[in-house]
Amino acid sequence: MQSILENPYLIAVLVALVPLVWILPYALFAIWLERKVSAHMQDRLGPMRTGGWHGWAQTIADMIKLLLKEDIIPSKSEKWLFILAPYIVFAGSYAAYAAIPFTSVYIGSNINVGVFYVVAVSSLVVVGILIGGWASNNKWSLLGAMRSAAQIVSYEIPSTLAILTVVMVVGTLNLQEIVKSQEGWFWNWFVFQKFPFLFIPFLIYFIASLAEVNRTPFDIPEAESELVAGYHTEYSGMRFAMFFLAEYANMFAVSAVAVSLFFGGWQSPFGTALSGPAWGVFWFLSKGLFFIFVQMWLRWTLPRLRVDQLMYTSWKVLMPFAFANIVFIGLWMMFSH
Amino acid sequence: MESSEIYEILKNEFGETILEFKRDGVVEPYIVVAPDHIRDIAYFLRDDERLQFTSLMCLSSVDYNDGTLGVVYHLHSMTLGHKIVLKVRVPKEAPHVQSVEAVWKAANWHEREAYDLMGIAFDGHPDLRRILLPYDWEGHPLRKDYKVPEFYNGMKVPY
Amino acid sequence: MAEFRTEEMVLNMGPQHPSTHGVLRLEVVLDGEIVVNVVPHIGYLHRCFEKHAEAMTNYQQVIPYVDRMDYVTSMNNDLAYALAVEKLLGIQVPERVSYIRVIMAELNRIASHLIAIGTYGLDIGAFTPFLFCFRDRELILDLFEMTCGARLLYNYIWVGGLSHDLPDGFVEKARAFIKTFRPNIKELNDLLSYNKIFIDRTANIGVLPADVAINYGVTGPMLRASGVRWDLRKNDPYSLYERFDFEIPVGTNDIGVVGDSWNRYMVRVREMEQSLNIIEQALDNLPSGDVKSAIPKRIRPPVGEAYVRSESPKGELGFYVISDGSGSPFRVKARSPSFCNLSVLPEISRGAMVADLVAILGSIDIVLGEVDR
Repeated sequence: MQSILENPYLIAVLVALVPLVWILPYALFAIWLERKVSAHMQDRLGPMRTGGWHGWAQTIADMIKLLLKEDIIPSKSEKWLFILAPYIVFAGSYAAYAAIPFTSVYIGSNINVGVFYVVAVSSLVVVGILIGGWASNNKWSLLGAMRSAAQIVSYEIPSTLAILTVVMVVGTLNLQEIVKSQEGWFWNWFVFQKFPFLFIPFLIYFIASLAEVNRTPFDIPEAESELVAGYHTEYSGMRFAMFFLAEYANMFAVSAVAVSLFFGGWQSPFGTALSGPAWGVFWFLSKGLFFIFVQMWLRWTLPRLRVDQLMYTSWKVLMPFAFANIVFIGLWMMFSH
Repeated sequence: MESSEIYEILKNEFGETILEFKRDGVVEPYIVVAPDHIRDIAYFLRDDERLQFTSLMCLSSVDYNDGTLGVVYHLHSMTLGHKIVLKVRVPKEAPHVQSVEAVWKAANWHEREAYDLMGIAFDGHPDLRRILLPYDWEGHPLRKDYKVPEFYNGMKVPY
Repeated sequence: MAEFRTEEMVLNMGPQHPSTHGVLRLEVVLDGEIVVNVVPHIGYLHRCFEKHAEAMTNYQQVIPYVDRMDYVTSMNNDLAYALAVEKLLGIQVPERVSYIRVIMAELNRIASHLIAIGTYGLDIGAFTPFLFCFRDRELILDLFEMTCGARLLYNYIWVGGLSHDLPDGFVEKARAFIKTFRPNIKELNDLLSYNKIFIDRTANIGVLPADVAINYGVTGPMLRASGVRWDLRKNDPYSLYERFDFEIPVGTNDIGVVGDSWNRYMVRVREMEQSLNIIEQALDNLPSGDVKSAIPKRIRPPVGEAYVRSESPKGELGFYVISDGSGSPFRVKARSPSFCNLSVLPEISRGAMVADLVAILGSIDIVLGEVDR
């Protein structure tokens, strides 16, 4: 009995499943929230009936429907790659949760290169998207996949540069350390420190992360009105649900990183009041959900950028700003010591 | 400019290719011209200083039910404000009319539609093929003596 | 050094596509992301309207068919056809009929432009203005339902008059609508028209020069956006339009160039405001009378033909009616504006990107029911 519980492999598997406990109900909730937020912004109501109060069971009903659908694989597609693609995309976003601190006592894996690991492993998503687009044997999917790959790879650079400024200030890549160094009242959060040279990276990171998760205004890969549905055109039923789940998991992952780096992670905004391990979870999740809400808000307000305008924004606008910012932060730190 | 003046100018320029001018007893006066000279007449109508018919409002095909088909051109000038109606008539067995697509690009699709639905062949049209009906449809539906085919590609047509 | 051999890809924006505004097939030849050629294939919605019209026994029976041509602007279609047959018969309608026809046509113009604007936003990726536009359009459809019982296909404007008179409460409800709608146009401008991303997507895209437009037979807001101040309501007035005071919005150079997609979109927005003015003037001066007094018992026009054109929201809608003296039409030809407007698409989209193709197509504002008839 003792030896089973101390079996390191079993512990590793259990720890790996913990973010799943969060992600699955969160995805259910976030999809419902998206429908409600979009509805109220568009002067309508959204789901109202399924389950009674404001249609809270709508997502559950949709998931059951998707599970019961016939599994259609196009006959001319690359069968195994087609099946593999959604799982790779999900794996990419899920693996990032390993290094994100949910609270002061829990972090999946307290590695010293936490930030580096998160950025690196979440680019696995590109591979999955490319595989999905190619394996579908469909010109529309291929176009969508290529655009998505170009977009994600281009926006990784400004987002990494933005993260680099925080790393310069703290001096470590360990996410738990970065969160711990923001303790105190909310003005100790990095976004308000060394103003404006940590505020700008936050903006750059937020915009770049919208492109990473393919949300409007950067949602060309899944632009419904142009490419039918981009790289997931040929996917139906459970595989489509997997892509969807992966997208929402990715959304929360990038929000979580933004919150941990700039907004104090699991720290309470009131210093020591309302703080503690359990409160930490609460603060972390609510800050993350707030950014999810902002992402949804932007989606339903702004039109879509065209592919070349998107590339222009990344390479000629965000990247120079990020570079300049690093120089200024460096100078600030040099002169303040 | 009145339609009779337009008729006079055309008659002076083109002589016997202008066949008829009907003004009395009709709601709108029209000029009947020969079908194998319509393109030159169209160029003249568009480019002449006094006429300037820059715009082709409508190009219709008609089956007169007496063995002839016709094409009716409604022209008007945006700059000078006058309108005129031109007509051509061709026999049903050999309906060939010169295309005016080079004069007014608007005629491109209109002539394709006239060919598609009425079967009038426009000589000189760069791309005369069916536009509204499927490419392998047989027959020209708008003719008065059109019989609906029984089968199309194995599917029964009337139902 | 050998040249790269690149192949051109033929992509089918097939009959079923979220952005083609109906069943339109665009065969796009692409070189990477750049469009080399576009070939539109139409005819998927061809319902043989002209052949049906010949089979009718009464000229009034053609009106429901005419409704279904451009199904978002039924009133304007009815109006053009009724005017054509009235010209053939040589009858004059009472003034009240003309004023009510103007009110209905302008309300329908606003409804059609709202659809055009909403779906254009949807094509560009802005999901919310679509819902706002439809919310306002519901108010207009309520007005129509009140008058003739139908929301979309009205069969209201008959040859010689109207099918029903205005019900009680219509004038008040119409004025209330005008009052609610004016600030909504401003809201739409704030949300969509002057949004930087929207401007980047639509300005300088698909520029249509004025002489090319006239040669291709392009009319309506597309022509006006190219700088030509031509509106049939002013240049060739019908149904007492000469009594109303309104302006013709034309394409400008302040954002983008004259003739680009943004101007085509903006001309429609500005036209909606002008339509509100016309409706107000018509409601203020509405004469009294009987709307059915001039409807002939039996329509038997003399042998002859007439071509009458009207300014429908999409452009110049013309009907060429030939009568052979009997009770049923000999030939009815509908010159639809979307048919001619669509033919200019290959010309203006060469060299654009695929995303721009969607923007250009949305700015042309076609309705396939009208293109195919």
